[in-house]
Amino acid sequence: MKELVVISGKGGTGKTSLMAAFASLAENKVLCDADVDAADLHLLMDPDIKENHDFQGGNTAVIRTDKCIECGLCRDLCRWNAISEAFIVDPIECEGCGVCVDFCPEEAIDFPINTCGEWFISNTRFGPMVHARLGIAEENSGKLVTLVRQEAKKLAEKNKLNLLITDGPPGVGCPVIASLGGASAVLVVAEPTVSGLHDMERVSQLAAHFKVPVMVCVNKFDLNVDQTEAIEKLAKENNMTIVGRVPFDPVFTESMVQGQTVLEYVGNSKIRSSINEIWRNIRNQLVI
Amino acid sequence: MIISIASGKGGTGKTTVATNLAVSLGSDVQLLDCDVEEPNAHLFINPVIELSKKVYTPVPQIDEEKCNFCKKCAEICRFKAIAVIKEIVLTFPELCHSCGGCMEVCPENAITETGRELGVIEIGHRNSLAFAHGRLRVGEAMSPPLIREVRSHTRSDLLTIIDAPPGTSCPVIAAMKGADFVLMVTEPTPFGLHDLKLAVEAVKLLEIPRGLVINRSDIGDDGVRTYAKMENLPILMEIPFDRRIAEVYSRGKLIVEEMPEWKERFRKLYLHIQEIVG
Repeated sequence: MKELVVISGKGGTGKTSLMAAFASLAENKVLCDADVDAADLHLLMDPDIKENHDFQGGNTAVIRTDKCIECGLCRDLCRWNAISEAFIVDPIECEGCGVCVDFCPEEAIDFPINTCGEWFISNTRFGPMVHARLGIAEENSGKLVTLVRQEAKKLAEKNKLNLLITDGPPGVGCPVIASLGGASAVLVVAEPTVSGLHDMERVSQLAAHFKVPVMVCVNKFDLNVDQTEAIEKLAKENNMTIVGRVPFDPVFTESMVQGQTVLEYVGNSKIRSSINEIWRNIRNQLVI
Repeated sequence: MIISIASGKGGTGKTTVATNLAVSLGSDVQLLDCDVEEPNAHLFINPVIELSKKVYTPVPQIDEEKCNFCKKCAEICRFKAIAVIKEIVLTFPELCHSCGGCMEVCPENAITETGRELGVIEIGHRNSLAFAHGRLRVGEAMSPPLIREVRSHTRSDLLTIIDAPPGTSCPVIAAMKGADFVLMVTEPTPFGLHDLKLAVEAVKLLEIPRGLVINRSDIGDDGVRTYAKMENLPILMEIPFDRRIAEVYSRGKLIVEEMPEWKERFRKLYLHIQEIVG
């Protein structure tokens, strides 16, 4: 089984829109939305949820006021300043390390497990999809990313599907690292701006660090052709495969408003041919 | 006053608003770029960097001479960052959250702390604008401690403008907590609206007053405006889609400098915020 992970470094370059377009072209695949912080793929896929599960990750300390003798040891030990002078734990600040729990001389601190999100298995008009929703202000986004990818793989195996297309999160931190391990290849969707160049360089370094082959496409390439060329030059110098360019076109937004992928929305256009070509190149690279 | 600029969805124009607002207001302002995974503000500000320092987080170092292999350190660690196998102690520094529990629990005082590099922070200025940002080391997973380090350079004598990362989880909270106002930047599309709602819920949780900038305000649909009305989320500025703005941004230039008529609009935006914060 092959897994393509679509990432970008910078947000808003068109990852989800392009990934959804590939979903309409690819066969025998499972879709996976690993941008669990701000998942948007479902807005285009209109999933029919078949299963939903709680996601449990990490614990939070809770001080039982009836047993607490206010000795202050927990406050001294807590490196997150999560415990107030009134011996109340701020759940947003609590890291879930449990040090206070283990050292409390009165065993007055409970350590319940958090339900910090949900994940789903759905059917869509393009095939099965695994997606999730991390609770607001929660931690453990990396663990949830790992979970949805594992579940998507299981689902693909069960249904004898040989491809997983994963919509990754922005950035280079914890959830992105969790979305890269074991991927067959990543597609970096870059935009031709100084920020786009800067961010694609960092996320490509990250993929290289995890030894995942990198493909690059430039979205909205005609907004600044000089920057597009700079991105492609950087890609070539670092042995990344350039798979194509997509022109700027308001149809991306218009199709999103209609809840459609861009290929469902447009007729024969430059957009269609450029996305078709990118997908052909990706298939060649993945050997599928 | 601290104004944090956030969005939920990435690429909606946080950095555009943060940099142009900071530059429009002239002196007594500092800009802290807390999007440490992908910091971009410096590309537009071109600050003179006066100080650059690496930031470390403590991770355990075991003295095997002193260790009696009791496994207490491995048992207390919730992050599986220490394993004891017979008479070998393995540490996995990249999994460590720096809680210090292992050091505290060790009966032989065999554990000290060394550092894992989180990244770099750089402090500088551009004319009278004070500037600081952090850059997460590529391969490092944990951004909140580096964000807190950038924020430790907050100067109470200045207006502080924070460029926050996208999303709604712990890094964003680290960049918004303690702010006096959160300025949300969105685009009026289904993706923009969906992620804005999540971000608004996060700001509500922190009980911070908030307002909205709609970027590329003439694309998409009415969803964001309807939601803003329902939520009593004041729309403080609208920036239409303009190919000239997109082009200025793509070259790393500031709108308020290339299209000076925008300077007054960003100043007005600040006056609006001042009125709300009181």
